[in-house]
Amino acid sequence: MASKRLGKQTVMLQNPPSITSTASIVGPKEGKGPLRLYFDNIIDDEMWGEKSWEKAESKLIRETFSKVLQKANKTSQEINYVISGDLLNQCIAANFGLRESDVPFFGVYGACSTMAESMSIGAMLVDGGFADDVVCITSSHFCSAEKQFRYPLELGTQRPPSAQWTVTGSGGALISSTGAGPYITHITTGKIVDMGIKDANNMGAAMAPAAVDTIVTHFKDTALLPKAMTL
Amino acid sequence: MQKTMTNKEYQSYVEKKTPNSKTRRNVLRAFLVGGLICVVGQFITNTLKMMGYGQEQVSSVVSLIMIFLGALLTGLNIYDDLGRFAGAGSIVPITGFANSIVSPAMEFKSEGYVLGVGARMFVIAGPVLVYGISTSIIAGIIYFLLK
Repeated sequence: MASKRLGKQTVMLQNPPSITSTASIVGPKEGKGPLRLYFDNIIDDEMWGEKSWEKAESKLIRETFSKVLQKANKTSQEINYVISGDLLNQCIAANFGLRESDVPFFGVYGACSTMAESMSIGAMLVDGGFADDVVCITSSHFCSAEKQFRYPLELGTQRPPSAQWTVTGSGGALISSTGAGPYITHITTGKIVDMGIKDANNMGAAMAPAAVDTIVTHFKDTALLPKAMTL
Repeated sequence: MQKTMTNKEYQSYVEKKTPNSKTRRNVLRAFLVGGLICVVGQFITNTLKMMGYGQEQVSSVVSLIMIFLGALLTGLNIYDDLGRFAGAGSIVPITGFANSIVSPAMEFKSEGYVLGVGARMFVIAGPVLVYGISTSIIAGIIYFLLK
């Protein structure tokens, strides 16, 4: 009998794992945005010295991984698992980026939810006593995503006002069994909610129902109120 | 899920909330840029005619020059900015067709000349060619039968 379950979709972690270190590297556009002061590194060229956007994205993952370790004063030998994914076919950015890391690897694909998905699984691994240190890491790259899912960059098309812009960047977090926090205490896993939005240029509208559903379920399951949240 | 909205209700809510493209502005820009491209084509046509070329030669040479210009501007990273401004104004003329072939060729060069450039060059123009050629064959057969 699963003893850590709470309500319909939530688990409560008995030994809340700590997020011991985080790192992020972003592209030039993100580097001009309002969050620019919080990034560890801003690259000024989308190729980042590589021969293709896909290779640049792999490098984003690789460098973010070593930054996460460096900030926590750890070596890759001390990491039990790395959980990672990206937007590309067969998650090539994660696979090639972490090829040299020599750490057991779980590949995940949740598109926009990959970061939350990897951290959910990582926290459960640590809480379950299967690991002490897990690195969770995700990337996307505007150019490689456009190339794979939409049109060539040089094609003269117009974007509708509802179109989104894929982030060029990578973020990673080290989740540990001991540490000074912040702690992961609950995990509410979302369901697939499809309300029939067919417009590929309006992904916000397609994803919003699932987000609302998850947030409402989280408050119901945990009996917490929105004001208990601190950001 | 705590359903308070049906899919239909949500879709019409989204439709109401989603900002629309500025049609009037886009149409005006498309008219100006598309018209300008046609003026360039007409200028080249008139020049060639003045140089004494026949109508048939002029038609092919003008197409060639316009395709070259479209390809060149794509290679110089200008045509995509033009397209963002003009929309259909720069997609519909023959220069837009050149752009639709050169841009994937550039994009997929990193995957090699055979499986990249060669295989992907016609991803956008392909459907136009398939249905354009098919339609012209059907029209030809109808013409042949009616003649």
